[in-house]
Amino acid sequence: MNSPLLRVKDLTIDIPVGGGTLNAVRGIDFDLNRGETLCIVGESGSGKSLTSLALMGLLGGRIKRTASQMEFDGIDLTKANSKTMRALRGDRMAMIFQEPMTSLNPAFTIGNQLMEALLLHRNVGKEAARARAIELLEKVGITAAESRLSQYPHQLSGGLRQRVMIAMALMCEPELIIADEPTTALDVTIQAQILRLLVDLGREMNMAMILITHDLGVVARVADKVAVMYAGELVETGSADQVFNAPMHPYTRGLLRCIPQPGKTERGARLGTIPGIVPNLVGGVTGCPFRTRCDHAVAACRNAIPHRKPAENHRFRCVHETGHQTAETVV
Amino acid sequence: MLNFILKRLGLAVLVAFTVSFISFSLMFLSGDPAAALAGETASDQDVEAIRVLYGFDRPMLVQYWDWLSSALVGDLGESYYFKLPVSSLIAERLQVTMLLGLCGISFALLTAVPLGVAAAIRPNSIIDRIALFLSVAGQAMPSFWFGLILIVVFSIQLGWLPPSGTATWRHFIMPTIVLGYYAMPAIMRLTRAGMLEVLSSEYIRTARAKGASEFTVLFKHALRNAIIPVVSLAAVQMGFMLGGSIVVESIFALHGAGYLAWESIARNDLPTVQALILVFSLFYIVFTFLSDVLNAWLDPRMRAG
Ligand SMILES: Nc1ncnc2c1ncn2[C@@H]1O[C@H](COP(=O)(O)OP(=O)(O)OP(=O)(O)O)[C@@H](O)[C@H]1O
Ligand SMILES: [Mg+2]
Repeated sequence: MNSPLLRVKDLTIDIPVGGGTLNAVRGIDFDLNRGETLCIVGESGSGKSLTSLALMGLLGGRIKRTASQMEFDGIDLTKANSKTMRALRGDRMAMIFQEPMTSLNPAFTIGNQLMEALLLHRNVGKEAARARAIELLEKVGITAAESRLSQYPHQLSGGLRQRVMIAMALMCEPELIIADEPTTALDVTIQAQILRLLVDLGREMNMAMILITHDLGVVARVADKVAVMYAGELVETGSADQVFNAPMHPYTRGLLRCIPQPGKTERGARLGTIPGIVPNLVGGVTGCPFRTRCDHAVAACRNAIPHRKPAENHRFRCVHETGHQTAETVV
Repeated sequence: MLNFILKRLGLAVLVAFTVSFISFSLMFLSGDPAAALAGETASDQDVEAIRVLYGFDRPMLVQYWDWLSSALVGDLGESYYFKLPVSSLIAERLQVTMLLGLCGISFALLTAVPLGVAAAIRPNSIIDRIALFLSVAGQAMPSFWFGLILIVVFSIQLGWLPPSGTATWRHFIMPTIVLGYYAMPAIMRLTRAGMLEVLSSEYIRTARAKGASEFTVLFKHALRNAIIPVVSLAAVQMGFMLGGSIVVESIFALHGAGYLAWESIARNDLPTVQALILVFSLFYIVFTFLSDVLNAWLDPRMRAG
């Protein structure tokens, strides 16, 4: 069996804040094979964006990232210097951000920004880069592609800009693409269109994709793997089938209260809401972060939480072996 | 872009006309010009004679038209005091002032922009502290005092630089520093603030996500956006330097236009004052126009407006 394209073990992100350290992401493990789509779901503030920025090496100097393993195609990202990271970014791994309105530089033309990554990473001339830019603009469904090259971001609508962002990320045919809520800022009517486009192109180019989204309907349709994140931890990971059809963690089950299923769930179905608030992550976090909102919480939830593996590739963290209180666990 | 330039040019010409009318009216705001010209001891007949001789008895608009049409061909009248054509008088003095102004603004920009960028890259670092110190010092120190200190140190004690005059380029070093240092703090702070804001923006993250080098991120993606407000500020300061360097011109005995303005006001030399006000205002108009064009080139969003 081939080794995975991306392998992450025990990824932890600490942010120094006024009152101490914010343990924003704690001990995340997952891996991703070539061509696979991993969807990360979780509430706002659970650390999804931080995780994706950490993979790209874009966290910035103030934020501390540690991991016992973080490998991209055999390259150890924990030890990679900034030069290695720069060579990977935009070439072999690319990212699409949430805000198309502000993610393009207002001072440069679409063409200039599209061609930039290709000119930087590949030994191609201006003409070839231009041709590739036109090709990709057409691929992402932009009409009159050639004339768009000389336009500026402010002349484009939000949907068009996000298409440009997608084209930009695809310029070098990356092996991994990370899309952080690529459609939340867009009109509901075009969200599905853009996501569909992204996923189709990803398949066509055999790219691995990490898709962060709130849209469980999308997850149900496109995900190979699903990772459920809660307050900085991955509480459950598994294949889409496992997570949707046999959810184990109480939080996952809460999210899936509307029970979306591959192929059956409607577009735009939202995460189920769970009462209660997310714990404060400043200062040491112990035990299960979900226990304050969990119907199955017991005293043991304050202690270290075991990793459970109900099936191959399916993992969750809970004191209860099956994710709920049973006769034996009630004390 | 061409459309934008033409629009701005039209606007600039309109403003120039307004300004010319105002500077012409100044002549009348300061009392009866004939009486001023005749002097305190003149008789009423003399004043009347002068009024007719200089045409002050005609309607104001006629006089304005007369004055403007001569001004357009470079005839700004004759100085009451020097009895020389104002235009040649000003032209000579402007050479010094313009040279000084250009050197001053260049010095200010060449120190302030790199310092502001460096400070923004590492906020609260040593560089940032030094930049802050220099800018506070620059704002707190009066120009005349700073100029005198320079003269004492570099001319009198060390004997490296000439203290006054305009004979060689070395005469311009200290005036340039004093004048430029006056403009430096505001430019530096604006550059720093602009860079800080731009560097935290999402399109900078996009540029990094493409694998762009730190140099490209800073100088292609960030500076171009951060420099836009600085251009407008520098244009105003440039206009200011070309008109208002009276202090610097006096300390270093550079007989430039600022000094001439001061002298002429003291001497009630109205045609000269009037012409200088016109010229200084035109500088502002020209620099504002140039900065608008430059900004539109830097920021495509402005081209529409
Ligand atoms: N630069 C930062 N400084 C301080 N706190 C931060 C910083 N970046 C993120 N955080 C905090 O870390 C937590 C996780 O943030 P993150 O942006 O990863 O959430 P998210 O899961 O992407 O949420 P959303 O769905 O709203 O995008 C949040 O509580 C956020 O406030
Ligand atoms: Mg986010």
